[in-house]
Parts: sequence; C-alpha cells; structure tokens
Amino acid sequence: MSVYGLTYKGIDQVKGPLVIMRGVPGAAYEEVVRIYSEDGREWFGQVLEAGRDKVVIQVLGDTEGLDSNAMVKFTGSTLKIPVSDEMLGRVFNGAGEPIDGGPKIRADDFRDINGAPINPAKRDYPDEFIETGISAIDGMLSLIRGQKLPIFSESGLPHNEVAAQVARQAVVPGKAERFSIVFAAVGLKYDDVLFFRRQFEEFGALSRSVLFLNLANDPVIERITTPRVALTAAEYLAFDLGMDVLVIITDMTNYCEALRELSSAREEVPSRKGYPGYMYSDLASIYERAGRIIGRPGSITFMPILTMPGGDLTHPIPDLTGYITEGQIFLDLDLHNRGIYPPINVLPSLSRLMKDGIGPGKTREDHKEVSDQLYAAYSQGTKARELVQIVGEAGLSPREKLYLEFARRFEREFVAQGFRERRSIEETLDIAWDILSILPEAELTRISEKTLNKFHPKRRVAAKAEGE
Amino acid sequence: MSELVYKGKGVIVHIKGPVVEAEGMRGAKIREVVYVGEERLIGEIVRIEGDKAVIQVYEPTGGVKAGEPVERTGEPLSAELGPGLLGQVLDGLGRPLEIIAEKAGGPFITRGIKAPTLPRDRKWQWTPEVKPGDDVIAGDVLGTVPEGSIVHKVMLPPTVEKARVVEVLPEGDYTIEDPVVVVEHIGGKEEIKMYHKWPVRTPRPFREKLAPVELLVTGQRVIDTFFPIVKGGTSAVPGGFGTGKTVTLHQISKWADADVVVYVGCGERGNEMTDLLHTFPKLVDPKSGRPLLERSVLIANTSNMPVPAREASIFMGITYAEYYRDMGLHVVLTADSTSRWAEALRELSSRLEEIPSERGYPAYLPDYIASFYERAGRIKVQGRREELGSVAVIGAVSPSGGDLNEPVTQHTMRFVGAFWALDKDLAFKRHFPSINWLRSFSKYVGGLRDWWIDNTGHDMMAYRDKAMALLQRASSLEEVARVVGEAALSDENRLVLLSAELIKEGFLVQNAFHEVDTYCSPKKQALLLKTLLEFYDRARPMIDAGVPISRIAEMKSLGLLRRLKFVPEEEFENAVREAVSQLEAEISSLLAEVR
Repeated sequence: MSVYGLTYKGIDQVKGPLVIMRGVPGAAYEEVVRIYSEDGREWFGQVLEAGRDKVVIQVLGDTEGLDSNAMVKFTGSTLKIPVSDEMLGRVFNGAGEPIDGGPKIRADDFRDINGAPINPAKRDYPDEFIETGISAIDGMLSLIRGQKLPIFSESGLPHNEVAAQVARQAVVPGKAERFSIVFAAVGLKYDDVLFFRRQFEEFGALSRSVLFLNLANDPVIERITTPRVALTAAEYLAFDLGMDVLVIITDMTNYCEALRELSSAREEVPSRKGYPGYMYSDLASIYERAGRIIGRPGSITFMPILTMPGGDLTHPIPDLTGYITEGQIFLDLDLHNRGIYPPINVLPSLSRLMKDGIGPGKTREDHKEVSDQLYAAYSQGTKARELVQIVGEAGLSPREKLYLEFARRFEREFVAQGFRERRSIEETLDIAWDILSILPEAELTRISEKTLNKFHPKRRVAAKAEGE
Repeated sequence: MSELVYKGKGVIVHIKGPVVEAEGMRGAKIREVVYVGEERLIGEIVRIEGDKAVIQVYEPTGGVKAGEPVERTGEPLSAELGPGLLGQVLDGLGRPLEIIAEKAGGPFITRGIKAPTLPRDRKWQWTPEVKPGDDVIAGDVLGTVPEGSIVHKVMLPPTVEKARVVEVLPEGDYTIEDPVVVVEHIGGKEEIKMYHKWPVRTPRPFREKLAPVELLVTGQRVIDTFFPIVKGGTSAVPGGFGTGKTVTLHQISKWADADVVVYVGCGERGNEMTDLLHTFPKLVDPKSGRPLLERSVLIANTSNMPVPAREASIFMGITYAEYYRDMGLHVVLTADSTSRWAEALRELSSRLEEIPSERGYPAYLPDYIASFYERAGRIKVQGRREELGSVAVIGAVSPSGGDLNEPVTQHTMRFVGAFWALDKDLAFKRHFPSINWLRSFSKYVGGLRDWWIDNTGHDMMAYRDKAMALLQRASSLEEVARVVGEAALSDENRLVLLSAELIKEGFLVQNAFHEVDTYCSPKKQALLLKTLLEFYDRARPMIDAGVPISRIAEMKSLGLLRRLKFVPEEEFENAVREAVSQLEAEISSLLAEVR
C-alpha cells in the first residue's frame, strides 16, 4: 500500500506553496517529497494532509515554474538532516544544505528536524550562572546554562550587538570550555548576517560555530524549517557530543510572519491578528528544545531575538514567546535614544531561572538582595522622572529627588557599558553598591541587616575605622 | 492508562495533524479510545458520521499513512484509581514519565508507548474492614492500605450499587491485581481489586454537596487574609507572563494544608516541572513530616508535548482529585494553565472545522470551563460513612496580551469564588505576589470571620477591612500625587501613604524564596497585620503635634516593622514587642523635640 519510492506524474492543483494531488493512496503524513518539473528543476515538499483521495503537499521554496506535468517522488521519510561534528565551522541554508562551497558533510546520523519532546522527568534543572560580562544581564537578569532567554527588541535597536557581545563574552565561571555557537538567520538582511559572521571571525569563534542562513530574499517557507534545522544540529552537538551550545536565532518575528502566511494559504481559522491559533504550541516546539538533560554533559542555552511590531509588548509574537521562554531581555527605544548601550530596560525584563543560579558559591551572597533592591529603587526613580514631566524638578520632595538621581546614575553607570567592555560579576555588584549607597539605609528594605553590614560601602568604611 | 481489549478494526482514510479519519468504524462510540496505525498511537473518537469516525490522536502522527488500521477498545478515556498514585509524575494520559523514559530508552518521548499508571508488581499492606456476609453499598470502605502520608481506603467502586461480601483476603501484602474482596450482587459474583478505572470526563458521584466554610490555609498572606480560598472552593489566577502565576501555584502546592495535592502542568514550561520534581522530594510536609512528593500527584504535559493530551490532562487530574476526596480527604488541584487547555480545545475545534465563536474559540468554551470548576466542592462522601471530603481547584489563566477581557478570563471569572488578578506594574517593581488588591476578589471572605477568631484569637476580617480602607485611600492619594507631586500633599495624607507603604512592604510583599518568609502561619499573619495597622494610629498624634513627616519617615523602628515578616515564628512575639517599644520610644522623643 505504501507509495515509498514511487513517483507519480501530474499535479492536480497548485495554490501558493501548496500542491494538491489526487489518487495517491498511502502517502504518509509529514513525509518528504521531491518534485521535478519537465525542464529539470527540483523542489522539496512535505505532506500536510495524507488522504486516500487527496494529498496536500507543502512545497519549500518558490513554486514559480511548477507545472501540472511535474513528477512527484515520495521518499517515505520525514524531513531529516545529516548531523556530525563536521558541521562546526560550516554554513548551511534553511533546509540544512551546505552553501559555503564546501563538501557535503559525512553524516554520523540523520535526525528528524522536528525533534522529539524532552521527557520532563529527564530534564536537569538549569542552575549554573553564565557570566556574560554585561552588568544589566549578570546583575539583574542572570543567564543560566540551559535557559531560553529571548531579546525583545525593535527595528533599529542594537539587538545584534547585544547578542554578539553575549556570544563573545559568555563563560560559565570555573569552566574552561567556551560555548559553541549555532546561529540561525531567519529572513535576515545580508548585512546583518555579515555583521555576525565578522564578529564570530573576530573573536575566533567561527571554527566552533554552525551557521544556518535564510536571507530576506530566500524562500519564505524555508523560514519554517530554519530554526528547526538549527536546533536539530544544536541538539546533536549538545546531547550527543556533550558541548555547551549557545543558540542565537534572529529574527523570530520573520518566522511568525511565515507561519501566518502559510496558515492563510491553508485557509485555517485565524486567531489574534491573523496568526494561527496553534502558534503558541508551534513556538513551544522550538523554544522548549533548549535545556539540559540528566546524565548528559552538554546544554542548549537559547537566545532568540525578536522585533516587536510597533514596540508593542502585547503583540501576539512577544506575548506568546514570553509565556514560553524563561524570561526576556527588553531593549528600550528611549534608552537607546539617550545614547545608552546596551539599552536594556530592566523593569519589563526578567530571568526566571536566576533565583537558583546565583548566590553563595555561585556568584556572591548579596546578589539576590542587591538585584531586588535595584529593581525597587529604579522603579521609584522612573516614577519620579514621570513626575518631573508634570510638576518640574522643583516640585519633587527630597526623597524623590534622590531617587531621580539614583535612576540617572543607574542608567549611566550600571546599565551603560562598552560593546567591548567585560565586567566580572564582582565588578557589577560593586558598581551597584556604589549607586545604592546614595540612598538612606532605611530605604534599602530589600537588603538584610547582615548583608548591609558586610557590603554597604559606608558600613565597610565604618567597620574598617573601628578596626584601626 | 493501560492497554485495553480488542473490539474491532477500522481503516485510516485521512490524516491531518492530530485529526485522523477512519472507515469501518460502525458501532464505535463517541469518546471511545482507539489505537491508531501500525504504531498503535492512542486516540479518542470525537465525531461519528455513519461508518466513518473522526479521531483525535494524542501522539504526533508524522509518518502515519492512509490504509493503516485503527483498533477499537470499547472504553472511554479512563483514569486508573488505586494505591500507587501518590508520588507519581504522569503525562496527560496518566502514563508515568519514568516508565516512558525506560521504554523509550532515552530522554526524548517517543510514540506508541503504553504504560499503566499504577505499578502492577508493588505489594501493599492490606487490612480488611469487612467480612463475608456484610452488606456493602458503593463507597463503603472494604479495607485500607498505607500510601505515602495517608491511609488509602479501598472502597466499593461507584459502579457497584450494592452487594454482599462473599470472600475477603486476610491481612497481608498484595498487588493491586489481586482480588482482595469478592462480592455478590444482582449480576452475579464480582472480584474487587484495590484499583478500578473511571472515565475521566464523568464526575465521580457523592452523596451531597455542602457549602464550603473552612479556610484553606496557604501561608501566603495576601491570599489567606485578603482574598482567601476555602477547602472545596475555586479560584483563578490570571496574569500576563512574568507576573508570577507559576510561583503562586507552586507556593500553594507546597504549603496548602491539604491531605493530597494534584498539580497539573498543562501546556507550560518543561523546566517548571523539573523545578517541582527537584524541590518536592526535598520539602517536608509540616503535617506528616514526610516529603511533599508523597502527598502529591504531578501531571506534566508541557507545551511541546502533544496538544490533544493537554486537553485530556486536566480531566485526568480532577479525576484523581475526586478519588482521594471520596476517601474523606481534603484535596487541592492546581492547574497551570487553563488558558493552554482552552487553546488546545480551540486548536482541535479548528481542525475539526467547527464554526468559531469569539477569538477562534468554540462556542462551547464556557461549558467546558464550567465542567471543570464545577467538579470542585466540599461533599459528603458516598457510602455509609459520615465523612466529608473536598476538592479545591485553583487554575492559572494566561490572558493573551495581559488583557483580562479575553474570553477565557471572562468565562472563568463567572465560575470561580476567588479571583487573584496579577498585576504587571507590581511585578515590574518586584512586588510579589503581584496580586492587585483593588482588582481581586474573594466571595469567601464573609464566611470566614469565625474561623479566624476560633483559630487565631484575632478578628482578622476586621483588620482586613481596616487595611483595605487604608490601601484604597492611599491609592486615590497616589493618583493625586501623580499630578501634583508627593511634596504637595498635606503631612496627614503623606502619613496615610507611609502607612499604606508599610502594609505593602511589610505584609503584602512576600518572598517565596526566603527561608522564613515563604510560609506565614495564620497566627503570625494576624499579629503582623495588627501591629502594622497600629503604626498609623500611633503616628497620627505626631502629625497633630507638628512633627514633620520627613522625620517620621526616617524613624529606625519603621525598618524594624518592615522586616518583622522575616522573623521566625518562635521568636515572632518577642520581636513584635521589641519593635513596638522602640517605636514608642522614638515617637516620644520626637514629640518631646517639638514641644
């Protein structure tokens, strides 16, 4: 009954990226097909609906030139890519084929690009601090080995720089091994790709990177496969070869647009803003591939980048992403316009796994309390700043003025730093204490007496004087 | 769920994602479980058209072909109920995740795995409670076995209305497959085992539903004091991402004074389940002194696991909860998140090409939500016992875009007794739990005054009213301050703000990750709130005497009051006395200064 290996001639209908065939009983759901036109051109496709009477195939790539006499070959297999350590240092397209002029890689194994869900009972809980050298991230949104932490950005903001800086600087303290990098460009402009490539080259990471490129002018439909192909490679590097892999995928907004386009071609009932109702589950099948596994040494730390349409945090793309990922790093247009790099607004940002990855033995015992206090104080400071717009600085109480000053210094000294500047976590926390110490001690309600005694600059001075 | 019996075969004619159509299915029933394809994937019949059945498949269908067989089982999707549930970590279909991992031979979940919920080889220490010749009715206790921190009652299943006991196995160790009791009824003899199956979409019967009146202590101050839930009550926790839904549910699962906790992780993050799996075995149940895991059933159907099983997982969970309730226990079920469950429903409805209603959800969404929350309650158990049991249901809601007007939140609100609205602004300030005190509600407040007086000696609901009045007053003053600046307010009004701030920082904010603060007993809650409320009354005379507000705000004892919550239970009363005496001393010296 199976049509495995069979080739059929003739297509009944082509509708956008969808090809419909009748009288092909026994096609398998999600099976890969190859389509050849009479003039020798070739397409890749996948079975979307497998029926006795009707088979719907989704074609990867542009369907221009497809004719009704095309030959359709059923391969009997779902979409798989070859994996091996030869992938490192190479560049592939969104279907996993090399595009750097090099040879095909010798496969160690072939893996289904959809992967399989990690058994929750076999996950290892991520609790190891990654030092990125960026104060706002390390101090207040700590990245943890095996975490999925996206960057929420807008067009024109330096999200590529932030991601590149993380890729360049990230280390797990106490571990010699550097991160391998799997980078996937989804619908990106060539200059953006070039930027990342140059960055990886500059800090000598190219040989431990795998690049998957789907450029803005590449087939839209391949945007659906690009992240999956990249994560399949990452899973192999991490869980078979034991590497710590940092996956950067940009821009997930383009992925979601492609998903919407496809959904509308399939005439599905749309949910919010035309995106399909299953977008949450679809995104989860991508994001949830990050993590660690009990008994295996490697890890996938995942930093997807997405641009929020209109800077709107409630837009379905950032909204659904935020429900799946373990926090978000929020880049802010206002901070960027005031010349602050990295323009990370910590208030809407969050790292859910931070609580278990910091503290004594991991970073420093005061880390959590300092971070909580910075949040609370900065939030007061921004409130005071809003007030200045209305009543002017003269109308503020002395306490509000102090918080205003705190917010200014926090942005200028703590958040802002150079693109090539790497701060250790101790340096980051010391800067934080320096700024916190302009507030009266009674305001430091999130910090315990014990921690104040040990770390507050004024008390340290006092203790020293007493000692002498 | 375990493997079921063969009833007949059909043939697949069409596959579209998790929806499969098969022919040759005449006689099939709606909701009947079937095995689909050569790999025998688990599915459920959702529609019948003559000879044709539409099946929703609980596992990924990639590679399945038309022409492959469909096996019928004749049974609806059921839960296995018996000893061995507690401490389990199951998927949405009731398969233990450890056994899935064993059978899959690795950390990834593969397809077609069959694994019964309850261990068949484990022996339980059986003590009979009946003897041959006894007449029993459904719900009567036939015997008991110890399970984790509870005594597990083996009852006459609800399917046997009444019977006479003819054989009973003596005290000893048996597996759940051993017929511990044989009864005789109108239909003949029947072997009763320690376990039975129950269709998950059918509520289990009880004698009578009662009004819930007893506080479910969660140890979370803002919940217990301001927006309490009762044993057998219902509550919803809506909030955008990052507002702390999951932490709130985890806290309740850890600290609620229930006998059994069922946690359903439904379409959420894998690492959150891992977090629970890591912490539950380490945490100790204060009541029994045993690991929390021993009183819990965890269901993990994470967001990347098959969507149809997500839809089933909630019903699976509530069936387990009802089963323990029927033993006369107090059960808490937490579901994170009911929105993902509703979305699974939407996805299936759309694949079945049903006409969508609001935002693509099917028109029967409210019925579905109601059918879940209505299975909560405080009841008189079946059988001839005068025992009460309860199931409290707490569901997280993840409104898209944080918009509480979306259909799932709106429909949920109609069916729950307490509503804890999480607030993004509070979360940004790291004010956790970010339960907004102006937008949340609890219909149980009125009935709990006596409970507080009986259990703590404090008229806590009076404190609550006073604190709420203060918070509300502060909130409207903040509106004014937002326009004119705090400096422009009178000192008296600024004292209100200061006192409200004290309530927020010193009482409402609770650190789930702080050793002491993570749990606060009702007694401590009452004394703490009373002490903080008195600050305003004590400070008020200073304003009249002309002490500037800035001096009041600088008092050292304010810091002590704010940090009282971190003082361990046993030192608490002393710490309160100390803080108050220091406060009084500071007040009198400030007063002396102005005089």
